[in-house]
Amino acid sequence: MTVVPSEVRELAGQEYQYGFSTDLDTDVVPRGLSEDVITMISAKKNEPDWLLQWRLQAFRHWLTMEEPGWQNVDYGTLDYQDIIYYAAPKPKASVASLDEVDPEVREMFDKLGISLAEQERLSGVAVDAIVDSVSVATTASKRLAQVGVIFCSFSDAVQNHPDLVRTYLGSVVPYKDNFFATLNSAVFTDGSFCYIPKGVHCPMELSTYFRINTADTGQFERTLIVAEDQATVSYLEGCTAPMRDNHQLHAAVVELVAMEGAEIKYSTVQNWYPGDAEGKGGVYNFVTKRGKCAGANSKISWTQVETGSSITWKYPGVVLQGDNSVGEFYSVALSANHQQADTGTKMIHIGKNTRSTIVSKAISAGHGQNTYRGLVKVLRSAEGARNHTRCDSLLIGSECGAHTFPYIETKNSTAQVEHEASTSKVSEDQLFYCRQRGIAEEDATAMIVNGFCREVFKELPMEFAVEAQRLLDVSLEGSVG
Amino acid sequence: MLRIENLRASIDEKLILRGVNLELPPGEVHAIMGPNGSGKSTLAHVLAGSGAYEVTGGVHYNDIDLLALSPEARAAAGVFLAFQHPMEIPGVGNLYFLRTALNSIRKLRGLDELGAVDFLAQAKEKMKLVEMDPSFMSRSVNEGFSGGEKKRNEILQMAILEPTLAILDETDSGLDIDALRVVANGVNARRGPDRAMLVITHHQRLLDYVVPDRVHVMVDGQIVTSGDGDLARDLEEHGYIGQGPLEADRPAPVGVVS
Repeated sequence: MTVVPSEVRELAGQEYQYGFSTDLDTDVVPRGLSEDVITMISAKKNEPDWLLQWRLQAFRHWLTMEEPGWQNVDYGTLDYQDIIYYAAPKPKASVASLDEVDPEVREMFDKLGISLAEQERLSGVAVDAIVDSVSVATTASKRLAQVGVIFCSFSDAVQNHPDLVRTYLGSVVPYKDNFFATLNSAVFTDGSFCYIPKGVHCPMELSTYFRINTADTGQFERTLIVAEDQATVSYLEGCTAPMRDNHQLHAAVVELVAMEGAEIKYSTVQNWYPGDAEGKGGVYNFVTKRGKCAGANSKISWTQVETGSSITWKYPGVVLQGDNSVGEFYSVALSANHQQADTGTKMIHIGKNTRSTIVSKAISAGHGQNTYRGLVKVLRSAEGARNHTRCDSLLIGSECGAHTFPYIETKNSTAQVEHEASTSKVSEDQLFYCRQRGIAEEDATAMIVNGFCREVFKELPMEFAVEAQRLLDVSLEGSVG
Repeated sequence: MLRIENLRASIDEKLILRGVNLELPPGEVHAIMGPNGSGKSTLAHVLAGSGAYEVTGGVHYNDIDLLALSPEARAAAGVFLAFQHPMEIPGVGNLYFLRTALNSIRKLRGLDELGAVDFLAQAKEKMKLVEMDPSFMSRSVNEGFSGGEKKRNEILQMAILEPTLAILDETDSGLDIDALRVVANGVNARRGPDRAMLVITHHQRLLDYVVPDRVHVMVDGQIVTSGDGDLARDLEEHGYIGQGPLEADRPAPVGVVS
């Protein structure tokens, strides 16, 4: 019989379509890390002295820290002296309108399918585009300014809104927080800054698009979003990088602050270069993301779709400080080829009647290893706290793995914490059923996987949901034989 | 329409089909009956293209060598299997699944895809046939469906995909009398001079509603007797014992009087 048993075979290694690099005239600082390099970065960015001192403090603390080793990912040793900590396309002067953006940079974003001009005109999405270390264009700032929303690069915020930056920088992720966050605090170069004033519903989606271009650069961006009382904002983040043989480090920090009654929705579609089929190259995505529900009745919601990176290692969390505040975490993490992911969330319940929801969907294919790690911590003060966690893992093939490490700590007897977990396989029977109905095996796999992720995709803003679904299909291409 | 010649199939080196021969002319409905484990479901899966079996022999469908085709190509050629145990696909809407299936088949046949609106109109029509509530369409494929609902859903899929050769694998098992009637109506609606059906069943009951042109009895991986509808009634009364020519090869089961 010619129909061979359709064993699920090793991933064929899907071509990464964002793997080009653009030849930009780039201003870089020498390789390696020292107080001189940090001072140089700070001077290039014309920063106030308090910020330089904050960076140096972080650096000195970092020197005393050990790289963590508890994670369920494996990446050998990183040489922190062999990384370029600052690279910026020249000329780096901030631009007043899109017409002033370097045409080569614009072309690069066009090639990525993100036309900056079009974004501004049509889609109702304001974009901050970041190449290597520097924000190259922020769209729609003027329109946003009319309602008092500040949306600009972090560097511009330091120049134009230093008091806000000084108040909130490090207020959620202190510079001593963890090895990579501390490193970021010392060397961060740019990122996005959003400030939504009291009572304002941000009229459009805010979006940052990150791109690592220069070889051997680390990208250490810092994003800070503050929503004042009763303000709401939805923020999207997308990422790509060229294909390179060596690994690139991405160690970002994201801080969110929601005051009384405020709502922040933060969505990520992460598609950093995952490395080739043998696991060579790819981005190390070691990121610290945390939100603080500082005020009562506030809400922070993280939605992430992680399909890229050779290693993803991050736990977007929420500190539920205000009474009745709500934290949510919706995640789809895919590890194909030799990708590794150790991701999850931390929900820290401090206020009364705080609630959190965690929905994690992990997909492993090829030799991919996927770990969910989550902490739900209920402090003594958190009377009536509730958490519901669902962790589902889907395996494609026989050489991948799924792992779940839930940590639950409660110090208040009125707390209700629920944890549900499941592991399933895309079964031969399911595939046969679909194929008998005329649906080709790859389409059937994509359909089953998308069905598995539906609960999370429906949390994404519409444009991103479509993008995420397409990305998943592409990432899985060739994962079945 | 369908000619099966000396079809053998094994799984894990265990021979299940031991040389099946069967001829199904266009316009006819044939029933296959037989005891548990006789290979009826294996025959259905092998005809539909399951990759789980090692297969030898010949299956000619019209002028096509069916065994040479992938499952999806067989579907495009008009072969449909109503599964005994339909699979659940969480998170995938029933309507979406059906439209994807229909459009995949249309694409394989070189036809234009059907738009969502046209499809919905067509699906609604077919849903009446199987007396299915529209709410089923927005639910995930077979997830949380009762046994009877799953079977009805199979018949709905058959009605929408409009096969020329339909194989029904114990579609009647586990159905109450009302559901059986609905399923039988759906099946009878598919009868036609250019179409054929293979109905696998344990019970004569279904054959009261779907009257077969021929009945075949399968024992130990072979068709041992064929006859008309009376054969089915005969089997219902007397069981399968005595139907097999293989008894000479093996000791009679202990405690059985033949």
